[in-house]
Amino acid sequence: MGYPTQYRYTKDHEWIGAMGDTATIGITDYAQHELGDVVFVELPAMGAKLEAGKSFSTVESVKAVSEIYAPASGQVIEVNTDLQNKPETINSDPHGAGWLVKVKLANPAEVNPLMDAAAYEAFIEEKKKEASA
Amino acid sequence: MPVEYPANGGLVAEHKAVRSGVGLFDVSHMGDIRIHTGKKPAGGLTALQHLTMNDASRLAIGQAQYSAMLYPQGTFVDDVIVHRLGEDDYLLVINAGTREKDITWVRQSTADFDCTVEDLGDAFTQLAIQGPRGVDVLRKLTDANLDAVKNYWFTHGTVCGLSNTLIARTGYTGEDGFEIYIPSEVATSERVWNEVIEAGKEYGILPCGLGARNTLRLESKMALYEHEINDKISVWEAGLDRYCKLEKGEFIGRAALERARAAGLKRTLVGLEMIERGIARDGYRCLGENGEVIGMVTSGSPSPTLGKNIALAYVPPSLSALGTTIYVEIRSQKCKAQVVATPFYKRSRKVSAN
Repeated sequence: MGYPTQYRYTKDHEWIGAMGDTATIGITDYAQHELGDVVFVELPAMGAKLEAGKSFSTVESVKAVSEIYAPASGQVIEVNTDLQNKPETINSDPHGAGWLVKVKLANPAEVNPLMDAAAYEAFIEEKKKEASA
Repeated sequence: MPVEYPANGGLVAEHKAVRSGVGLFDVSHMGDIRIHTGKKPAGGLTALQHLTMNDASRLAIGQAQYSAMLYPQGTFVDDVIVHRLGEDDYLLVINAGTREKDITWVRQSTADFDCTVEDLGDAFTQLAIQGPRGVDVLRKLTDANLDAVKNYWFTHGTVCGLSNTLIARTGYTGEDGFEIYIPSEVATSERVWNEVIEAGKEYGILPCGLGARNTLRLESKMALYEHEINDKISVWEAGLDRYCKLEKGEFIGRAALERARAAGLKRTLVGLEMIERGIARDGYRCLGENGEVIGMVTSGSPSPTLGKNIALAYVPPSLSALGTTIYVEIRSQKCKAQVVATPFYKRSRKVSAN
């Protein structure tokens, strides 16, 4: 699966797609592969404040619990409630229908220093090499 | 053994393959200890009876039993499967994580007995062929009459050209299946692994990892060391009474267990099913109605077979009745669960079992 070039990526394997001062956040294809079959997603409430680098959600597979960290600060304006009944969407479409929340960014410039798709792909290639070494 | 093999669909696919067809596990990490005769006859059995809680004198040659080695306090050194290989010749299969500790314990505890102890952990690789079609897969690779091997019995036969291979109808999945013990030399064990996978293709065999091993054993309420059993938990608390034979005579831990039985239990292992959304995980706390801590989850996971979130937990006996409401603390939230009957999953016993 390719990594959309309009998104920015974190070292914790979240993606953020910003349009002006609003942004959509999810976890990457690499992250869903590492987790395996997602069976549970805990999302923040509408209006919750996200702080960059802090955990705001939990995604669980059969084997593991994974904290999801905010790529940028902001306030939740929409949550993907479909995930409650269909958490496996995160596996099948992590960069699309498997999004977690939409936020109003506190500071849109916060997104700029994050990795672009090419840098993220290079980053996970390194990860894969480490894992197989 | 990896946690899962993602290329074939991963943990859930592996779990389901074992429940409905067949899966293959590389369990070469398990340890093997042989205890047999010293200078005089029957020294092996005498030492084993002292060392383990089940009654090994009841074993016929070719039979195996679930048992455990205990500390003098009646708590667990490790759980083991004891196989009676010959007249006074026994093979103990032990856990990987406790291997060094176990072998030291066995040598120490049997030092005053007339027996021979051998650590065979490096000599064997263990492969587990598990699931209702496991018998069909293994049949293609061996001359042994598998139909004559009942649950918790074993035989020796040629497997993939390796003569005198120990073939046991045992496992850690709650499903019918076999565990075979082959030389641990890499080229040999890889060849056998590949031949089993090849033979299993028509039955949809999948290589299975530690993740599926854990969910399968949890559904079947089989204990895992450092979870349901450890050096602080007694046999009675763990509910393993039926494998503990006080009437056989002296063994390490027996006196403490008799005292503990007279004193009564402070906690007991129960099965939980989550009622509210949330997955109980190992180490999460169990709470009472008012938020007071009443116990601890030892293992918890979504159950791929049942489609529910299940757990094993230690709680006070007064809260262990079926249907009792118990709460599990999940990320500071009090999530409702209920005590349910265990094992969570039990296979239909139509395949030659006893």
